[in-house]
Amino acid sequence: MVKLTKRIGGLVLRLAAFGAALAALIVMVTSRERASFFAVSLEAKYTDMAAFKYFVIANAVVSVYSFLILFLPKESLLWKFVVVLDLVMTMLLTSSLSAALAVAQVGKKGNANAGWLPICGQVPKFCDQITGALIAGFVALVLYVLLLLYSLHSVVDPFLLQKS
Amino acid sequence: MAKLALAATSGKSCKVLLGLRLLAFSATLSAAIVMGLNKETETFVVGKVGNTPIKATFTAKFDHTPAFVFFVVANAMVSFHNFLMIALQIFGGKMEFTGFRLLSVAILDMLNVTLVSAAANAAAFMAEVGKNGNKHARWDKICDRFATYCDHGAGALIAAFAGVILMLIISAASISRLVQPNKSCSTTASPSVVP
Repeated sequence: MVKLTKRIGGLVLRLAAFGAALAALIVMVTSRERASFFAVSLEAKYTDMAAFKYFVIANAVVSVYSFLILFLPKESLLWKFVVVLDLVMTMLLTSSLSAALAVAQVGKKGNANAGWLPICGQVPKFCDQITGALIAGFVALVLYVLLLLYSLHSVVDPFLLQKS
Repeated sequence: MAKLALAATSGKSCKVLLGLRLLAFSATLSAAIVMGLNKETETFVVGKVGNTPIKATFTAKFDHTPAFVFFVVANAMVSFHNFLMIALQIFGGKMEFTGFRLLSVAILDMLNVTLVSAAANAAAFMAEVGKNGNKHARWDKICDRFATYCDHGAGALIAAFAGVILMLIISAASISRLVQPNKSCSTTASPSVVP
């Protein structure tokens, strides 16, 4: 009975992480705004910044991986491999999130020393959607860290309870 | 002293792990130091008054960019973690690795892998914006004017990415040591026995 609840808990965590990564992906891809000022019209898309493209790709990889692992049978020997893969996916998530955050922070506050002006004043809806995507990515990251601890607990015997 | 250290880390895989940790420690420490001391001052001509040019001095420092500050702090933290683990492996010869200690090493290794990968990637993408600029956001590149600053930053980034790969291998090794708890790196035997 305990094993069943643990397994359901793990599945629910993975489903939630899949949902969060997919939400981050979709919100960032659909962020697009056209602004025009002084007869110059510029369009802000997520493909303008390399960091946002990396964020989209990383979250896509994580979503596909989570979806596939949802269907892994319980008795499969691949679960030991899932621990390392979960670590790699967590690394992908943190790196893409921090890269997107670094670039978005420059977009919001600018960088006075380099002469870079903030762009959020001209495209506020774009900025809000990027913020939403980053929050969803952060939620996916937290869920993946919990998933990593869960896989470690269920695959390995971390407290060395079995006196072998 | 050397005999004590050699006897405490028995087994070939433990020596390999110790070597990897030393490499990761030096890589992350050098990345933090090189980026922390990264500074360049240049004087430019910004205008002309009559016939005399007006010069202004500009400085490029690492703490102008929050991503680089995070890079320095995170690499310092990870190198400190590796230093502690090396000290534990060399000097903790008589320590019994009971249940929670091995697990905490594995969890700390995993957390530090994610930390250093986040820092290296954030700095890499900020450096890419500084090198190529961004014409959509009207951000000029700065590497053509501050070439030494950019070169040093690139060197620190390469060291940090080497640290990321090394930390990933170390973390995988720590997790695999959880699976086989009998192959512990510290011996409970007396340290005077040298094979």
